[in-house]
Amino acid sequence: MERLLHELFTDTKDFYQTTRTMSAKQSTKTAPTNGNLKGKDFASDQDVRWCPGCGDYTILKQVQTLMPKLGVPRENIVFVAGIGCSSRFPYYMNTYGLHGIHGRATAIATGLKASRPDLSVWVTTGDGDCLSIGGNHFIHLLRRNLDINILMFNNEIYGLTKGQYSPTSHVGHVTKTSPMGSLDSPFNPLTLALGANGSFVARAIDRDPKHLQEILERSAGHKGTSFLEIYQNCVVFNDGAFQPWTDKERKSNNSIYIYDEKPLVFGKEDEYGIRLDGHKPEIVDLRSNEWSVNDLWVHDEKDRNKAFILSRFFEDNWVEGAFPRPFGVLLAEERATYEDLLHRQIAAAKERLGEPGLEDLLSGEETWEVR
Amino acid sequence: MSVKEKQEKFKKEVTIRFSGDSGDGIQLTGSQFTSTIAISGFDLSTFPDFPSEIRAPAGTVSGVSGFQIHFGSKAIHTPGDSCDVLVVMNAAALKANLKSLKTGGIIIANSDGFHKRDLSLAQYPVDATPLQDAKDSGYTVIEIDVTRLTRESLKDTGLPNKDIDRSKNMFVLGVLYWLYSRPLEPTVSFIQKKFKKKPLIAEANVRALNDGYTFGIATELFSERYNVEAAPIEPGTYRNITGNDATSLGIAAVAKNSGVPVFLGSYPITPASEILQYLSGLKHYGVTTYQAEDEIAAIASAIGASYGGSLGVTTSSGPGIALKSEAITLAVMLELPLVIVNVQRAGPSTGLPTKTEQSDLLQALYGRAGETPLVVVSPASPAECFSITYEACRIAVEHMIPVMVLTDGYIANGSEPWKLPKKSELKPFRFRFAKADEQSDSQTPFLPYKRDDNLVRPWAIPGTKGLEHRIGGLEKQHETGHISYDPDNHQLMTELRKEKRDNIAKVIPGQEMDEGSDSGKLLVVGWGSTYGAIKSAVTDVREEGCDVSYLHIRHLSPFPANLGDMLRRFERILVPELNQGQLVKLLRDTYLVPAEGYNRIRGVPFTVAELREKITETYNRS
Ligand code: SF4
Repeated sequence: MERLLHELFTDTKDFYQTTRTMSAKQSTKTAPTNGNLKGKDFASDQDVRWCPGCGDYTILKQVQTLMPKLGVPRENIVFVAGIGCSSRFPYYMNTYGLHGIHGRATAIATGLKASRPDLSVWVTTGDGDCLSIGGNHFIHLLRRNLDINILMFNNEIYGLTKGQYSPTSHVGHVTKTSPMGSLDSPFNPLTLALGANGSFVARAIDRDPKHLQEILERSAGHKGTSFLEIYQNCVVFNDGAFQPWTDKERKSNNSIYIYDEKPLVFGKEDEYGIRLDGHKPEIVDLRSNEWSVNDLWVHDEKDRNKAFILSRFFEDNWVEGAFPRPFGVLLAEERATYEDLLHRQIAAAKERLGEPGLEDLLSGEETWEVR
Repeated sequence: MSVKEKQEKFKKEVTIRFSGDSGDGIQLTGSQFTSTIAISGFDLSTFPDFPSEIRAPAGTVSGVSGFQIHFGSKAIHTPGDSCDVLVVMNAAALKANLKSLKTGGIIIANSDGFHKRDLSLAQYPVDATPLQDAKDSGYTVIEIDVTRLTRESLKDTGLPNKDIDRSKNMFVLGVLYWLYSRPLEPTVSFIQKKFKKKPLIAEANVRALNDGYTFGIATELFSERYNVEAAPIEPGTYRNITGNDATSLGIAAVAKNSGVPVFLGSYPITPASEILQYLSGLKHYGVTTYQAEDEIAAIASAIGASYGGSLGVTTSSGPGIALKSEAITLAVMLELPLVIVNVQRAGPSTGLPTKTEQSDLLQALYGRAGETPLVVVSPASPAECFSITYEACRIAVEHMIPVMVLTDGYIANGSEPWKLPKKSELKPFRFRFAKADEQSDSQTPFLPYKRDDNLVRPWAIPGTKGLEHRIGGLEKQHETGHISYDPDNHQLMTELRKEKRDNIAKVIPGQEMDEGSDSGKLLVVGWGSTYGAIKSAVTDVREEGCDVSYLHIRHLSPFPANLGDMLRRFERILVPELNQGQLVKLLRDTYLVPAEGYNRIRGVPFTVAELREKITETYNRS
């Protein structure tokens, strides 16, 4: 098979070149729409059983609102989940849905998408499901880059098992299993995703549904694995975990909303900016005469290195001079999807080796007759 | 050249063991000899014996590679307990294998592999003379300086000695072909094909082969040569095949013939990796393969594919199956088709990964959380891996249930002649994907767990308009598939899942007696790879006048419907297994019969001799 790939693409550079253009060409979805469906047509007949006030409700609403915009027939949409509060999601969507086992949604979705590239496949998962028990499958999905949309609801706690610290809980977090404070250094999910060669990495927050909708749409439009971390408030076991970033006014000193080709500005009146001194980011005050918007770092969604720097804006907000937490699309890179390569490889094999009959295969190299 | 007339003797059966350093090309020599023997119409059975380490130091006992072939003019069921002829390329090979040579057997030794250094690497004492010792103990030792002779034979090829020495195995093969009166042509054409792009190497190998043969004619070393009569074999087209290759082809045949696309999600593990390797090169036959990041992802991807309308298959060995067990419970709940191949190895934990054992039967049946009934089948020989795997896939698809295929390292690597099946023997599966208008009118919702007469639920795949539904690992309400915590519903669903599995007993073939009468004093019961050894032993003791019967179970869950009746017609039941007594427990538990076990767990197959002894002893016990 290696041989076949090599014959398809004479050298590695050519290989990536070809596959890049290939995925770019196919990224426009042309599937017929499903009539005049509305968001509510994507609600299933099941009662939603999250705690009142849970951030999951907003996310559900936004995803249902998004669905008719996909231009994908309802029957071609599948939600796959693991275990946890977030993973009940498929039951509430009037699409196909598979509620699997803890941590394995990404692995199940991989088999589904690889064998059925025609489907729009979504994974809803949480910080524990995705990054702890499912960490391995998560990073491998990212590197393979199947066209799957991962929505990771990060509430920094285990909700369904009633309040234990998770791989995103901060150091010192007091929970049922860390009554003296958690000792674990938390994962930075976006850095992890970038490190695993994820091709689309973004963050949104439940309390900003408009922005969430925007980013969901971007995730859906990305050809390749899209990883969207959604800060989600667990009212019962970790209420207020994301308070620093839930300012009503959306723009605060703690958050920065990033847009492609736009300078990095933040603050209530966009009074701060971020400039790059070599590879070192620096917060500048635009009210001083020293710096203007023209000096700022202009966001480039295609720049993996800079996306990495952005993802490192992860300090606790009470740290002096902390960088604001970025929301939006950090990276959107075109890269061949696994399923495209797989099915091209199959097609190439059929073309090169023909579609021989079973008899040839069974006979192997040597047969003999007994009369 | 003085050609001395040598007496030709006829033999009924012969076992030869080739052995040498991993770098000596022993496996190739063995498989070439096998091909030639097979083409000549013998029945045969082989077993390769790989060193446990990939690159053990050259010349040491742990680096010895072996290949045993048993062939003859009668039905051959095992690679043979011990060999008549032992070919040793160095001292380490002799040390590792002398115990498997029959008393008085023939040793063909490469004398160049017995220098001081070789003896010391093999950890013989400094002044040891192992070949002389062997002669003194009554073995016939034929010493040939293979290295020197090969170099001489190829000296004008211009090849460096390093390359010339690689043809040593062909020289030895030539000698063996002469000794057993076999033609050279099949191997010559093999060499020419293999080294098509390196004509010089091809020529060297062919010459070494020819010169080995001529050496056999010319030398005074052999006083006789042998011939073996061909076996009366059922007419047909045959090939030689290993168990793992047969399993792979079974899966490929499903992809090509059954009407269901196949998705194989696997993770490398000894001794199952060959299946993933083989099928990865057969993508043009309709098998999609995927090497996952771990065992769990492998089965999870297969489940995802089954949900999407393929037959998900995953292949592994005991430790990997343990990792997959939670996902298997999911597949049982989802009631999706899934095939899990367990090429068993000696455990627990890492155990003896390259050795064989049958100790995962109870794991297959019970080794999971909750009540998770599935189907378990097991082939009896390398070639049978094909038909049993095909059958496993059929059951999985037609009954929407996970099926486990239990093979083991012994039949996975062992080979035997296989009569090629006709295409008509490979029936398409009876299945179809659910359509929107089948079950209900468009007003009532789709019922994903509404069952047919066999209690099988519909396979409704994404992309089917009007059948959008959600399924998962949570207990489901009967028919609707909605989440249900109702106690009575859980009882009902648990029973239905079991009944669905048990119903399969109605469609599988009834149990047949393999040997002997339908009732009597002693019945021997086997399963899996021990078939050959038990069959040979039972045949032998019957020839000696013990009226013993034998049946071999291929369907282990559910058991064939008539199995209980067959067992109850015997006074005693003996169940030989390469474990601590697993099938025997199941038989006693299921049928309340007084079955007793004969259990060995040494990582090696039963010998026919030990079984013969045990069976005779059990038969004669008052
Ligand atoms: S436990 Fe927390 S995350 Fe789970 S449903 Fe309740 S509020 Fe939401």
